[in-house]
Amino acid sequence: MSQTIQGALRTQPSGLPEKTRTAADFIKNSLRDYGMILSLIAIMAFFQIVTHGTLLRPLNLTNLVLQNSYIVVMAFGMLLVIVSGHIDLSVGSSAGFIGAVAAVMMVNYHINFIAATLACLVLGGLIGAAQGYWIAYFKIPSFIVTLAGMLVFKGLALALLGGQSLGPFSTTFQKLSSGFIPEFLPHAARFYPTSLILGAGVAALLVGLAVRDRVRQVRNDMEVEPLSLFAGRNAAIFGIIVYLSWLIASYRGLPNVLIIMAMLIAFYGFVTERTTIGRQIYAVGGNVRAARLSGVKTERLTFFTFVNMGVLAALGGLVFAARLDTASPKAGQGFELDVIAACFIGGASAYGGVGRVGGAVIGALIMGVMNNGMSIMGIGIDYQQVLKGLVLLGAVCVDVYNQRR
Amino acid sequence: METEAASMNAILEMRGISKSFGPVKALSDVTFSVKPGEIHAICGENGAGKSTLMKVLSGVYPAGTYEGQIIYEGVERRFRAIGDSEALGIIIIHQELALIPLLSAAENIFLAHPPGRFGVIDRDSVWQRAKAVMRKVGLDDSPDTLITNMGVGKRQLVEIAKALSKNVKLLILDEPTASLNERDSAALLDLLLEFKAQGLSSILISHKLNEISRVADRITILRDGRSVETIDCHAEPASEDHIIRAMVDRDLEHRYPEHTPKIGDLLMEVSDWTVHHPIHTDRTVIHGVDFHVRAGEIVGIAGLMGAGRTEFAMSLFGRSYGRRISGEVQIKGRRVDVSTVQRAIKAGLAYVTEDRKELGLHLADDLRHNITLANLGGISHLRVLDGIRELRVANDYRRRMNIRCSGVDQESGNLSGGNQQKVVLSKWLFTSPDVLFLDEPTRGIDVGAKYEIYCIIQELADSGHGVVVISSEMPELLGLCDRICVMNEGRFVGEFTREEASQERIMQAIMRDVRSVPDEIPAMPQGSERAAETVGP
Repeated sequence: MSQTIQGALRTQPSGLPEKTRTAADFIKNSLRDYGMILSLIAIMAFFQIVTHGTLLRPLNLTNLVLQNSYIVVMAFGMLLVIVSGHIDLSVGSSAGFIGAVAAVMMVNYHINFIAATLACLVLGGLIGAAQGYWIAYFKIPSFIVTLAGMLVFKGLALALLGGQSLGPFSTTFQKLSSGFIPEFLPHAARFYPTSLILGAGVAALLVGLAVRDRVRQVRNDMEVEPLSLFAGRNAAIFGIIVYLSWLIASYRGLPNVLIIMAMLIAFYGFVTERTTIGRQIYAVGGNVRAARLSGVKTERLTFFTFVNMGVLAALGGLVFAARLDTASPKAGQGFELDVIAACFIGGASAYGGVGRVGGAVIGALIMGVMNNGMSIMGIGIDYQQVLKGLVLLGAVCVDVYNQRR
Repeated sequence: METEAASMNAILEMRGISKSFGPVKALSDVTFSVKPGEIHAICGENGAGKSTLMKVLSGVYPAGTYEGQIIYEGVERRFRAIGDSEALGIIIIHQELALIPLLSAAENIFLAHPPGRFGVIDRDSVWQRAKAVMRKVGLDDSPDTLITNMGVGKRQLVEIAKALSKNVKLLILDEPTASLNERDSAALLDLLLEFKAQGLSSILISHKLNEISRVADRITILRDGRSVETIDCHAEPASEDHIIRAMVDRDLEHRYPEHTPKIGDLLMEVSDWTVHHPIHTDRTVIHGVDFHVRAGEIVGIAGLMGAGRTEFAMSLFGRSYGRRISGEVQIKGRRVDVSTVQRAIKAGLAYVTEDRKELGLHLADDLRHNITLANLGGISHLRVLDGIRELRVANDYRRRMNIRCSGVDQESGNLSGGNQQKVVLSKWLFTSPDVLFLDEPTRGIDVGAKYEIYCIIQELADSGHGVVVISSEMPELLGLCDRICVMNEGRFVGEFTREEASQERIMQAIMRDVRSVPDEIPAMPQGSERAAETVGP
């Protein structure tokens, strides 16, 4: 710690980095960034072994996606809500309510499924707006507003369905969550090449984007990680995606809902990391007063975070209803807890301002793999809950420990 | 200096007290004593070490974290926590009252140790004992009155009643009259004199010299963490000029970079700027002030805490403080709209807050993102961020400001105070402002980093910016500014050019004004929330 007074000022050479970081530094940094994905891989490996290979069977892998799709969909919205420093306890109830509304529209009134879906998404946005209004402009704690919302929409779903389940939906609507992408190429009985090609294409695209970024960084004389690390990491990403696509392609191909999820990952990843609005959400959650003094319209941002959450809760509700092929008054109960847990396991901070889209997805998948793996192992729902609770606590403890270090 | 005989019968003696915070020496070799039944006043500028000394005495800074001896009632004491000193009757009443607004006076008085058995509170006893101590301080209100329904003056009395309930032997009052009007202040001082007649010793920390000379038996003056003088008011009447000179007299050389100002045209002009309190909207915080800055000029705003300086700057900057704001702002001769932060930034204003951690930075985020936050438009196209450009901007400021960090992706919470301040400065420079308001720009920063900040401020002025520096450190204003405006109670009460300005003159301008406080509640210390807590209806 040098405390030189005069000399240090303005006389430093203009070279950017003072020291070049070693590969070890990069690995240490990456461990923090990729710690989540490594634990997901470790958990998958563990269950793959103890279930004697059942976990990664093509059928099971497809089920894994279908079972967790609605949690992942809602996790995108919840991540933004948590990053902005709030919480939304109403998502489960509003998802259930939207499922009920969809059923009433499509089953009772035979409204076209596209129109009904759009109407439901708009309704979801209105639900979010109704809650966000109190939170953003009246500064009522989100915990309380959404707790109220949770009760209100649970009650409305019950009222709407009269306590009865309502179904079935049309087969086209069911495709939303249980359909698979059409196959264009000639295929064998148990192999769908389009899915594999699509998967490989996405993998290639990701690697291509990484290479482009690196080239730009090198061209701008910026510090980059060692080439070996870069190449190794991208090869691993490419390999894993292609392998998983091959597995999926050898059951029934890519599920429609996986396409929706992939598009949402790309969209929300882009919004959070590459747009001004995303950056401002992090600033609001990190220090709302500093953000306001920096010219961020904090109230409006909070409001739209909840509108967005409402739309995604509606989408989650539709996916879930389509999957069950019925709207039940109990649908959606407890979803909010899984969604919130996914975000926290994925590294979001309960204090706001920190969290990543990728993390939330991985958090949801960790929960999903554990559910699925433990079910295959025959562990009862009772101890599944216990273990999930402990994993949530453990993940957050590790995160807090990392922060303190 | 004390003679050995005099110190023998002192109730309290502090010998050779030194206390450091990292490289910053807050107290060095302070000597201080209190005799039984005397009122001993402590004077000093903001940051002279008054509060630190009292925290050492009360055990907030436990024994072992400071050097020197504390002898209380003839025995050397090593307080490990505030409870230790309270048990022996040393009670401190802080400037920000430590009362819980939604509890009653009685509940507050017996908050820590309510009378009762096995943890069950004896409510009748609480009520009766509270009533008794409240009567002693001249409070007729029911002990069931909620604190939130009492005025500031009465709250102060409740604090004293609370101290009495703890069998106080040495009462310490930190700026007790700062937020009181003249009548309540006088009543409080009378009460102190009455306690003194009953044999209670007290230490009074105050900026108001007229009050001090009225009640104090002795006055100790602190300056830069040293006890420079103890005046015995019975031996010689203490003249205010004498006290002021002792408070501010110090060597100013070599702490500020040499600078020849290049002052240009009028850049910003504020006229008839009036601001009301955000909650008590009938209270005026800033009274129709006029203010101007020229290009290349560094203007200082001096004043005591709570004078309205921060409120003035923040109300200008997008109405971030106050309600019912009126007045006009012109920049480069054109009237500008500064009614929201975004518009103020667009008009060419920047405000660097006095509270980096609370209001300036997203501490969990890296310094790159902090630097660009106020001007995301500058690194994006159609709202899509350009990461490379952002990195280049951040690295550019890192180099220009000489921010010491492992990289622009370092968390800003891990930076030192000086480097954090440079990040905040970078953030505002990136908005390319015309006029920068810097509120306490070197608070909590070590000497070396201070010098660098001064250099940056001068460079900014030289490049044609107008810079307004709000500071409670007078030497800093004298060393840095081309012109100094003195604010008190929401008005400018004096203005000095660089040549005219001296610490004595600034202090005198403030003190003259303090003596003539009107009979109304003055502006509260910064932070609207806190102000709301401590102001009665």
